Amino acid sequence: MLKIEHISKTFYPGTVNAKTALNGLNLHLDKGDFVTIIGSNGAGKSTLFNAIAGAFFVDDGSITLEGEDITFVQEYKRSKTIGRLFQDPIKGTAPGMTIEENMALAYLRASHGTFPFSRITKKDKEFFREKLSLLNMGLEDRLKQPVGLLSGGQRQALTLLMATMVTPKLLLLDEHTAALDPATADKVLELTKKIVDENKITCLMITHNMQQALDLGNRTLMMANGNIVLDVKGEERANMSVEDLLTRFKAGTGFALDNDRILLSE
Amino acid sequence: MLYIIQTALELGFLYSLVAMALFLSYRVLNIADMTTDGCFILGAAVSVTFAAAGHPVLAIPAAMLAGVIAGFVTAFLQTCLKVPSILAGIITNTGLYTINLMVMGWSANVSLLKTETIFSMFKKTGFGGAWYEAILAGIAVAIAGVVLVWFLGTRLGLSIRATGNNMDMVRASSINPTFTIMVGLCVSNSLTALSGALVGQYQNAADINGGSGIVVIALACLIIGETVLGRRSIVKGAVAAVVGSIIYRIIYAIVLYTKIVPVQGLKLITAIVVALAIAAPSIKEWIAFEKRKYTLKHKGGRSHVKN
Repeated sequence: MLKIEHISKTFYPGTVNAKTALNGLNLHLDKGDFVTIIGSNGAGKSTLFNAIAGAFFVDDGSITLEGEDITFVQEYKRSKTIGRLFQDPIKGTAPGMTIEENMALAYLRASHGTFPFSRITKKDKEFFREKLSLLNMGLEDRLKQPVGLLSGGQRQALTLLMATMVTPKLLLLDEHTAALDPATADKVLELTKKIVDENKITCLMITHNMQQALDLGNRTLMMANGNIVLDVKGEERANMSVEDLLTRFKAGTGFALDNDRILLSE
Repeated sequence: MLYIIQTALELGFLYSLVAMALFLSYRVLNIADMTTDGCFILGAAVSVTFAAAGHPVLAIPAAMLAGVIAGFVTAFLQTCLKVPSILAGIITNTGLYTINLMVMGWSANVSLLKTETIFSMFKKTGFGGAWYEAILAGIAVAIAGVVLVWFLGTRLGLSIRATGNNMDMVRASSINPTFTIMVGLCVSNSLTALSGALVGQYQNAADINGGSGIVVIALACLIIGETVLGRRSIVKGAVAAVVGSIIYRIIYAIVLYTKIVPVQGLKLITAIVVALAIAAPSIKEWIAFEKRKYTLKHKGGRSHVKN
């Protein structure tokens, strides 16, 4: 489904600051995979997401999504089929525009060939309201309010809704609950699980919560030095504890997992 | 007095289109578009040249098209060639000086003598009596305003607003910022050129220096309007451009008439008003900070400070 073949990326090449963020990384995902990713600071987790989403072009290798080579496709074109959530809830929505206008923008992705001068219709509004009511946050009655008035959790939930309103081929979650308070984080995570399950979305999720990495989804990757050092799934993963994971990580890389925000347990 | 109001209405309506253009480029797209001065004269030059050739009506869309091209050049420099946005506008503006001279047949000003203009044509209908100029200008502004507000509610318009509101979001959604910035600047510059086109035919003349400082004046108008009406919604923004523009022209007319301040001093005052209005948030913050420092020093405590 997603086929990443030997991608590399070096930032500031040829200078003293040269940093190889991705180093010949390979990754194959099957349709419906829900993969969690953990790793040290600077392991290349977010860089991997940026490469998939097209924030930059890779120096080497290729990326194929559902048979289509997207290695050199522009970011805004990829985002028609790749949904993305960032850690910072501010990044996903336009604060000066209303909830309804934000959703209309997200809905644009569906509208291949729709007239650019079409406006939000009554039917669209009904659809938005229905989708918002799934969040259980009362946002369905606040369609006309600017998004800037919402809390971080509400904004992140809205972003999640917007990213999945038109089912994406791939959903990238970059620690999307890390900036929220624990209760809100749980709620957004529940929503994520529900939406991903219901729509069978192929999903990659970066987390710094080790337990979460094992509990959620069907496969876990560990990254270090711009590559995948551990890839567990199936029964092996089902029987794994956080301690096992750390031991395996050390065995694979020769050093202990180093992440200043890592959570070893709940 | 009535004459002052009449003139203020006429000029207020005519120049409010520039304020509307800045509302789109500066407020919605968050780009300070320095093309404005040159684009305004471009509109006037094209309009007057067409009118002199006997096509006063055709002159209006022609001028707007010229404005679209000017906006496109600025947007192209800024998006495709990555020239910093303010510099991109200044570069286009500089180039436009020559283009404008060329349009006016290499002379610094062109006058229309006994030539038909849209204003003289409208006068013949007898509609509005002595107020015909204000009414025609008002109609033009109303149409432009309604179209602008409608446009910003369409899918394309929403994409343009998102581009100015949250670049991070735009990058992660399927909006192409290069395209939205281009469309936005083309539309805003067509409004500026429309203003120039109407002013040109209203004054029966175009002057190569007629647009200097118009970007600051229009910004002052927009800020005055926003102060009166408040910000936030698109409709309010468009109306603020018109209301602010009329208020500015009334002040201008009163100064002109009573000579409280020498008319030559008005641009300096405008510049100061704009600078202060844009600096207002940081000035307020600084005052609040100094206040807090003062109270902390004099009460000596770390207790809660109310201000």
